[in-house]
Formats: sequence, structure tokens, C-alpha cells
Amino acid sequence: MSDAAAHEFQFASAEHQRETAISGIWLFLATEALFFGPIFLSWIFARHADPSAFDVGGRRTDLTIGLANTALLIASSFAYGVGLALIGFGRRRGMVAWLAIAWALGAAFIGLKFGVEWRTELSEGLFPGAHFSIHGPARSGAQLFFAFYFFATALHGLHLLIGLGLLAWIIIQAERFTAENHTPVHVVGLYWTFIDVIWLILFPLIYLIGRAS
Amino acid sequence: MRDAAVQHSYLDDGRTLRSWLLTTDHKRIAILYIVAITFFFFAGGFAAFLIRYNLISPKGLIGSAETYNRLFSMHGILMVWFFLVPAVPVTLGNFLVPLMLGARDLAFPRLNLLSWYLFMAAGVVALYAVVGGGVDTGWTFYTPLTSFYSQGHVIAAVVAIFIAGFSSIATGLNFIVTIHKLRAPGMTWYKMPVFLWSLYATSVILVLATPVLAMTLLLLAFERIFGIGVFDPAIGGDPLLFQHLFWFYSHPAVYVMILPGFGVISEIIPAFSRKELFGYKFVVWASIAIAVIGFLVWGHHMFVAGTSLYSALVFSLLSYMVAAPSAIKVFNWIATMHKGYIRFDAPMLYAIGFIGLFTTGGLTGLFLAALAADVHLTQTYFVVAHFHYVMVGGMVSAYFAGLHFWWPKMTGHMYPEMWGRAGAIIIFVGFNLTFFPQFLLGYLGMPRRYFAYPQHFEALNLLSSAGALILAVGYILPLGYLTWSLLYGERASANPWGATGLEWTTASPPPTENFAVTPIVTQAPYQYRQAEAVNHE
Repeated sequence: MSDAAAHEFQFASAEHQRETAISGIWLFLATEALFFGPIFLSWIFARHADPSAFDVGGRRTDLTIGLANTALLIASSFAYGVGLALIGFGRRRGMVAWLAIAWALGAAFIGLKFGVEWRTELSEGLFPGAHFSIHGPARSGAQLFFAFYFFATALHGLHLLIGLGLLAWIIIQAERFTAENHTPVHVVGLYWTFIDVIWLILFPLIYLIGRAS
Repeated sequence: MRDAAVQHSYLDDGRTLRSWLLTTDHKRIAILYIVAITFFFFAGGFAAFLIRYNLISPKGLIGSAETYNRLFSMHGILMVWFFLVPAVPVTLGNFLVPLMLGARDLAFPRLNLLSWYLFMAAGVVALYAVVGGGVDTGWTFYTPLTSFYSQGHVIAAVVAIFIAGFSSIATGLNFIVTIHKLRAPGMTWYKMPVFLWSLYATSVILVLATPVLAMTLLLLAFERIFGIGVFDPAIGGDPLLFQHLFWFYSHPAVYVMILPGFGVISEIIPAFSRKELFGYKFVVWASIAIAVIGFLVWGHHMFVAGTSLYSALVFSLLSYMVAAPSAIKVFNWIATMHKGYIRFDAPMLYAIGFIGLFTTGGLTGLFLAALAADVHLTQTYFVVAHFHYVMVGGMVSAYFAGLHFWWPKMTGHMYPEMWGRAGAIIIFVGFNLTFFPQFLLGYLGMPRRYFAYPQHFEALNLLSSAGALILAVGYILPLGYLTWSLLYGERASANPWGATGLEWTTASPPPTENFAVTPIVTQAPYQYRQAEAVNHE
């Protein structure tokens, strides 16, 4: 893979290999969308069955952190996009700088989400179970809300962690990439942005719908 | 025809264990998979054998309902996820997709190897669950039994299926991208053999349905570990939701199991009838139609689970619709054989058996798709018989048909033909003896999944168990003579059946790079009349 025009033996050309890799990641993202699908479906379905209890749960979330985290993720994808555009012009050092920013923004999301938000919620007794701190008629529905909340954010966070690993790998490998040959940067970028898309569905489910009425 | 001696066959390209375990050659990975799949087939089969042993006596010979529950759960889990779903795609598919396309390998060879390791990891976890005491939930893992009440190694079983799911996704993704991107020059979509089309349809289901199962099982595990979760009615969750999500995967998954079989049969029938496949485009689009409509019928598993009557009506109607493309295929195969020069080699015997058994299974499926009949027949042995006619009579026959058909290509050796034919006939007889009585038992009202039964069902159960013994002999036979053929079988020529298709233009066994020169495709598939004309010149 050291030579720019090199390609694996099952492909006719480097271009052929690039196109195939891009097709592969898009199809992979389709499977990821369906992977998250049951959470969204079940969440909406369960909310529909008991909306007022879900509202009680939803209002206990921290909208400020939620908003900050949304901004962090979108900014991070933007930074990644700039990095990808720069390597397209052959500007490797620029790419590394912007990808490092993207990485830092992603890491900040993780820090806020799990270091601050989760910790507060756990200390307030919002994890479902015997010690759940919301009482009254909304107790069971609010528990269900937080079951979804912890499950979905953990899974999203796991995806983000894997993304941080991939970004670090791209930054470490930066020497390999040129204006003509940087398919991995493109592939990881699609994955990185996809994590945002998942968040953009989780964000209203967690923070907004409960506050709407 | 090239001389095989000039080129290195893929089997000679490294003989160490390491050269096998780190291979990215799709042909070698197919062989690795065959070894693994064979193990799980016999492990699952052994559980089935014990089930039939238990049912010889109305009181149950094993003596423990608990053990019996664990046996049928093990049988279901191993057979569904470790044999039926992967069987044809990962073995014949892995071997043949690049060869049939005129490609050198799959698009992502390392992903292909990873899928094998995931499969093996899943298998180890599944075996741990079995050896550690098993699960008593059945292969369907219904909540709240699974999440709150069941005693066994539910988490281990769920983790095993979760991992196996990603192995499936990797394979499906690889096939789809390969078929889109790695077709040889001139290999247009309508020049592709039907086997590739059927694997394409299969892969679409694998890629779109398996993630849903994966997430559903994850939610189930969450609920079981934390004692609280989304299927728990105590906090407003819904056990029916689990069934919806589970069958959203598991009904399309039965098409994952059978569609590759359709593909195999569509290759074999023309080859042994010396005729072009009748209605190629209809067969092709029937596969796609099954994949699409198959996503819309899951509700028929829940007719008596408390879903609304209107949704049941719609699901019933859609379930009828999904039968139509399968029927189209059956008619096309028969029309292909009509006025053909039929040869009764072992693959063809299996294929003809497939048509009969699959049609029986398919038509009895219509009984179950009918809302009114299903209310009577559901949870009886009628369902068991229907499912096994499609899955064992259909899918396993197709797998054996394909294994015999492409055995010379894969190994470079012919299997002993007389043994092959004997095996095919024994399996057909044993199968019918095992499962036809179960239709009658179900019709008479014997419920499934019980380890004991009333006295008056004894005769039919005895017949069924006797059939299982014959079936076991039929399955062990190929294990013997196919292994024998590896050492002593006659050397196979590049094209021992005189079949069309790019895989037959290269040596048996093929060289590592498949084709010395990338082939250029100019002909439609299945041009058997032309092939005959050339042979007679």
C-alpha cells in the first residue's frame, strides 16, 4: 500500500478499490441504522403508551449539557469535514490539525456525557431499579424512560469511543495519505458523521419531547 | 482447458496450519466454514436424535421435562444460527461468488476471514452455554420467560447469537458489494447465474434484518442483567414488542435459509436436464420479490398472541403473497426439466427431492398463513412438520445437492457416485418417515415442545422416531464417503458435469487467483443447447 497507485489483487485499479471501499462503508452504515432502529421504535412505542410518565422522566434530564453536547458533535463533524477537504488538496498537516480538533471535540462529548451528566444522574438515583428516586404514579414510566436513556446513550457512547480510536489511527497514519489516495480518511469520516446522525435522533427523544407539553 | 499441473491449486498454496488460519482466500475460508458448519450440523442433529429418542414412549424416555426443554432449545439454536442461516452462503457462496463472477476474490477478503473468526467465537460461546447446562427457552427467547424466569445460560446463548449475527452481516455486506463491484467484463446483471441473484437477495435480508435482531437481543440481555427493561410489563414495557422485533428478523431469516437453496437448485436442474433454465428473469425476480415481501409477513407468527384482528388480516394476506414467487420457481424448475435429457446423478436426486419436499412444506405453509386454520394448528406438530419440510427437506437437501455438485470443483476429487445416490435416496425416505407423521400428529392436536404425550399418539411418534434413525444414517453416509473421496476419489476434470458457468472454466481445484486471465463474458447463462452442439462437433 506504500505506492499511491497500488491496489489489492482483486481490484482492477486503485480507483476501483476506492469506489468499492466507499460502497462498503455506506452499506455498513445502513446496517448501523437498522441496529439502532429497534431502540428508536421501542422508545417511541413505549412513550406512546404512557406519555405523561415519560415527560416526568424527560424533564429530569439536563438540557444544557444536552445542547452543549449536540454543538460539540456537530462542530466535530465540521472539523472532520475540513480535514477531509484539506487532504483532498494534499495538505496533510492541515488535515492532522483539523482531525485533532475533531478528536478533542468528540472526547469532550464523552467527558461531559459520562463524567458529568451520567454521574449526576446516577447520584440522583435515576438509574432504574429499587433505588429509583422518582415516586408516585409516574414511577414505572419514568423508569422505563431512564432504561432507554442509559441503554441508548451507553451504546452511542461506545460508538463514539470506537470513532475516537479510528480518528487516532488516521492521525497516526497520516503519512500514508495523499491528495489522490486517502480512502480511509473518507471512510472514517462517514462513520464519524453517522454517529452524529444517531445523536440527532436521540437528542429530541431524550431532552426535547418531554419538555414540549 | 488449462492444465491443472501448471498452476498451483489453492489447496497447495501453503500447507501449514497457519497458512489456513490466516488465509484471506475466499476458497480456503469456505473450506474452514465447511468444517465448522459440519460440526454444528451434527451437534444440532444429535440433540434432535435425543428428542426423537425421548418421544418413542408417551411418558418420555429421558425422564425429565427440564432436560427435554434444553435439548430442543439447543437443537433450535444450533441448527438455526450455526447451520441453516450460514450454511450455503458461507460455504458454497464463499467459494463460488468470486468464481461465478469471474473475480479473484471477494471485495473485502480480510472481512471475510474476520467473519469466520466471529462465527467461531460465537460457536465457542454457544457451546459454553450448552455444556454449562443449556437454556430452556426455545430458540425464540420469548420474554418474560427469558428475561425473568428462565434458569439457564440465557446471556451466553444471547451473546453467541449476537456475535454470530455480526458474522452474518459481514458476509452479506461482502457479497452485496462484491456482486455490485467485482463482476468480470461483460457480466451484466442478467448474465449472472441465478445462484448469485439468490445470494444477493439473501445478503440484503442478512444486512437489513440481522442488526434488528442484534439490538433486540441486547435489549433482552439488558433486561435480564439489570432486572428492568423495555419488555417488562411491570413498568409499562411490552412482551409483544419483543415478538414483533424478534420476528421482524426471524421471519426474513427463514428466507435467508431457503433462498440460497433455491439458487443451488436453479444451477443443478439445468445442468442435469441439459436445458436452459426456463424463465430466467422470473426466477431472478422471484428471489428479489421473496426478499422484499418476506420483510412484511412477520406478524403471522403472532396470530394468537393478542395482536389486532386487522393487522392479522393484513399479515395473513401478505403471507399468501410471499408464496407466489416460490411457486413461480417450482413451476420454472419443472418446466426446465420438461423434455430435457435428465441425468439422475446424486446432485439431481437431491434437487428433485428438494422440489417435492419444499413444495409440501410450502403448501402446508398456506394452511398456517390462513388466519382461521392457524388458530387451530399453531403450536402443534403441524408447524414443526411444515418448518422441517422447508428447512430440512428443502434447505438441507439443497445444501447436500450443492455440496455434491461442486465437490469436484472444491476438492479436485469425484465423490463415489453410487454412494452419493444411495445417500440421497436414504435421506429422502428417512426424512418423509420422520416428518410426515408429524403433520398428522399436529392435525390431531398434539402440541409441540412437550416431552410427554397421550397414549393414542404413540404409533405415529414411533414411526417418526424410526424415520429419524434412517435419516441419521443418511446424514452420516456422506460424512464417510466424502471424506474417503478426499484421499481416494478419482481426479476431477475442470468440468465433470459439462455445466455452464465461469466456475467450470477454471481448473479443479482452482488456482489461488481463480483465473489466469480475467474472463470476458459474452453469453447468457445456462446455454446448454449450445454447449451440447459444441460437444457433438
